[in-house]
Amino acid sequence: MMLAAVISGFLVGGVAPWVIRYLGDSRGSLALAALPALLFVYFASFVSSVAGGETARMVTPWAPGLDLMLSFYVDGLSLSFALLISGIGTFIVIYAGSYLHDHPQLGRFYIYLLGFMASMLGLVLADNIITLFVFWELTSLTSFLLIGFNHEQEKSRKLAVQAMLVTVAGGLAMLAGLIMMAVVTGTFELSEMMAEPDVLKAHAHYTIITILILVGAFSKSAQAPLHFWLPNAMEAPTPVSAYLHSSTMVKAGVYLMARMHPGLGGTDFWIITLSLFGGVTMFLGVFLAIQQTEIKKVLAYSTVMALGTLTMLIGIGTDGALIAASVFLLAHAFYKAALFLIAGIIDHEAGTKDITKMGGLRHSMPITAAAATVAGFSLAGIPPFFGFLAKEMLLEATLDADLLALVLTLLAVGAGALVVAVAGIVVIRPFYGAKVETPKKPHEAPMAMLVGPLVLGLFGIGFGLMPGLAERTLVGATAAAMAGEPVDVTLYLWHGFNLALLLSVIAVAAGIFLFLNWNRVRARLEGVKAFSESYGPEAGYWRGLDLLNWVAFWQTRILQNGYMRYYLITIVMTMVVLTLYAMVTRATPQLATTLTGVQIYELAIALIIVLAAVFLGWTHSRLAAVASLGIVGFGVALVYVLFSAPDLGITQVLVETLTVLLLVLVLFRLPEFLDLSSNAVRLRDLGIGLLVGGTMTLLLLMIGDVQYFEPISWYFVENSYPIAQGRNIVNVILVDFRALDTLGEIYVLALAGIGVYAMIKLRSEDQSKGGPR
Amino acid sequence: MMEGSLILRTAARFLMPLLLTFSIFMLLRGHDQPGGGFIAGLIAAMAFALYVFAFDVPTTRRILRVDPRGMLGWGLLIAALSGVISAMLGQPFFTSQWWPIQLPVLGELKLSTPLFFDIGVYLVVLGTVMTIVLTLAEAEE
Repeated sequence: MMLAAVISGFLVGGVAPWVIRYLGDSRGSLALAALPALLFVYFASFVSSVAGGETARMVTPWAPGLDLMLSFYVDGLSLSFALLISGIGTFIVIYAGSYLHDHPQLGRFYIYLLGFMASMLGLVLADNIITLFVFWELTSLTSFLLIGFNHEQEKSRKLAVQAMLVTVAGGLAMLAGLIMMAVVTGTFELSEMMAEPDVLKAHAHYTIITILILVGAFSKSAQAPLHFWLPNAMEAPTPVSAYLHSSTMVKAGVYLMARMHPGLGGTDFWIITLSLFGGVTMFLGVFLAIQQTEIKKVLAYSTVMALGTLTMLIGIGTDGALIAASVFLLAHAFYKAALFLIAGIIDHEAGTKDITKMGGLRHSMPITAAAATVAGFSLAGIPPFFGFLAKEMLLEATLDADLLALVLTLLAVGAGALVVAVAGIVVIRPFYGAKVETPKKPHEAPMAMLVGPLVLGLFGIGFGLMPGLAERTLVGATAAAMAGEPVDVTLYLWHGFNLALLLSVIAVAAGIFLFLNWNRVRARLEGVKAFSESYGPEAGYWRGLDLLNWVAFWQTRILQNGYMRYYLITIVMTMVVLTLYAMVTRATPQLATTLTGVQIYELAIALIIVLAAVFLGWTHSRLAAVASLGIVGFGVALVYVLFSAPDLGITQVLVETLTVLLLVLVLFRLPEFLDLSSNAVRLRDLGIGLLVGGTMTLLLLMIGDVQYFEPISWYFVENSYPIAQGRNIVNVILVDFRALDTLGEIYVLALAGIGVYAMIKLRSEDQSKGGPR
Repeated sequence: MMEGSLILRTAARFLMPLLLTFSIFMLLRGHDQPGGGFIAGLIAAMAFALYVFAFDVPTTRRILRVDPRGMLGWGLLIAALSGVISAMLGQPFFTSQWWPIQLPVLGELKLSTPLFFDIGVYLVVLGTVMTIVLTLAEAEE
């Protein structure tokens, strides 16, 4: 059931284009939204038991021989994420049907979007680390497709690649860390690893493991200095940004850290690394946010801030901090998704993303303005919204931190002030004040686009006014999952007059001041912006990419000289040297020289093959060469048939026939048969040929006696019919016993076909454009 | 490319249904006797390749009906999905499932996931060879 729920996104995504085609854009997207809605209901059914402290684990064997399980684990943490992913996903699907209305590739968009949702669900629910990794990389892949959805624009493509390179590279580091964890703990299941927290922390490789895991988490969750890909991913259509950057993709890293906290967290190394990186990212994100004027960029940088905050809270790791992280996680998902969707509405209805060109939009779109105001207040942390609760708890957590309390509190207050300014910039500025002429005459958005921001806004107020609701359902269980033990949670909106409240008031006042002077602040910071653009980490990324390309060109020039004969020589000589080396050093040459039992017709076939091969090297006619090559092939096929391998024989015959057909096609294109090789070259080739042939002969003569491993062929022979119900063992091996290998092989085959297609098509395009070749 | 001779064209026209039937025969018998998706796919590809020689690329594309590149994709999809079925039933990935049925006249058909997988292989082989042959032949023209 759980497995079906997780991968349903891929399956429904697969038919999405037809749904859109037959039901139309609006009704089709509503029909597709039923999937995330149903998933939400399904996950919601776990809430009462999980809130009561229970967890659930569902296992489907995947490749049990490799300890590879499709195991899923439901606790507070994974359930919170699953609910956010499916719940917000519902609104995104509905919204996109309207935002991308009449887009010719809306169907394709839903394939990516639902696939992404499925990957995300798999990631947060996975218990087996390999399952986790596979879904982790699937989110990178599907988000690459989503970010590069407008693939006809070069900028879109480049930035999609950037997001993928950064996150996939981090994912590989994470894989190494995960495997080390599995080796240390002796299990592939996260729930079992986290149940014994001291095993990992006490291990000699603890620091390396933690660093590797954190590289993965930091790259995915855009911690400085890897934060640059996130704002760049704003190239995506707005529904994608709303989804990826509110509750899903970018939170995957935070999820990973939260999940690992019981096993890896709590050490000084963990606390200092996460607090510092998180705290700096928090401040930097929002500091960069107020320098932007494009509404989506402002929101993107404020997302960087949110991710930094969560990282910092997980780093601090006290009960209070973990509860604050749980609350912040929910609050941020609500208001950030709403704000992104509203940014999309503004762009869609007023035709601009530039905040300086907006104003007074509340007159023409009052409902949007109301939803924006609610989300904005939550973002700024103004009571009675849920965001206020989150901010109060954040400040209390930094004040109570075991290490670096003063630094973190200062960063938090600074970020708090800036975030108030950000709220003003994205809400007050566009919707209030004097009316500004926009490119399109603004009007209220359709219901499909409003429902998301409105419902999310209601959640923001509802949880703020009734914090007990959040506490009893998700927050407690989430914090407990992060802590690895039950946590005592009581949420109040009003914490009384304390230091945190005072700091909060100071932050709000400073934020309002900053917002009122936004234009001047921005002008002051121009220099900083220019500096970070030319020397920041992103400039490093582009330079690194250039270097990579340069190295690739350089090594291609050296290795790929374009002469078939040199490729062949390299390949066969490598084989010869390695084989001979192994023969001399590893085995005592013991030749099986008895040639009894050889039939006369077998010798005849061998003779024919040899003669044809010799003639092939001799002839001056291309057609004769093709024909004698054919004779060699058919001779080999006959040998297969004689030694009772009819399948191989048939395949060989067919391949030979096809080769001849293909050669005939190519034959017309080749120049006249020319004698290009000098005698010296011919001698060299003869020598290499004899060497290869000799080595193989020697190898075959020896191989009969050497046996390193027990042969497994008897297993196939014995079980082919009883288990696999087939009498043709070759076929049974191909499609059943070794089906996974065959699957890999046909993918390679398909790639080869597409490769040939691309090469020839690109070349003829070059020619028609008058290109160099 | 110029059109083939009358003899070749007539032969190709008659051989096409024969070869295609033969390829399906090889595909279905593969589990018990020599044959299988790979061989059957090669035979089918041969039939169409012959057609390219006898007629021309547009004619072959027309009787092929689907773009061979699409066939590639479908083949890979079918092959991969045939492994997922068992996972949905709670067994390891690629555990074969069997639903043998009795067909009138033809006898028993072993409907199973390995058969689906083999059909996937068949489509990939046919798709790959035809992609290459048609692309080469088009470059020729």
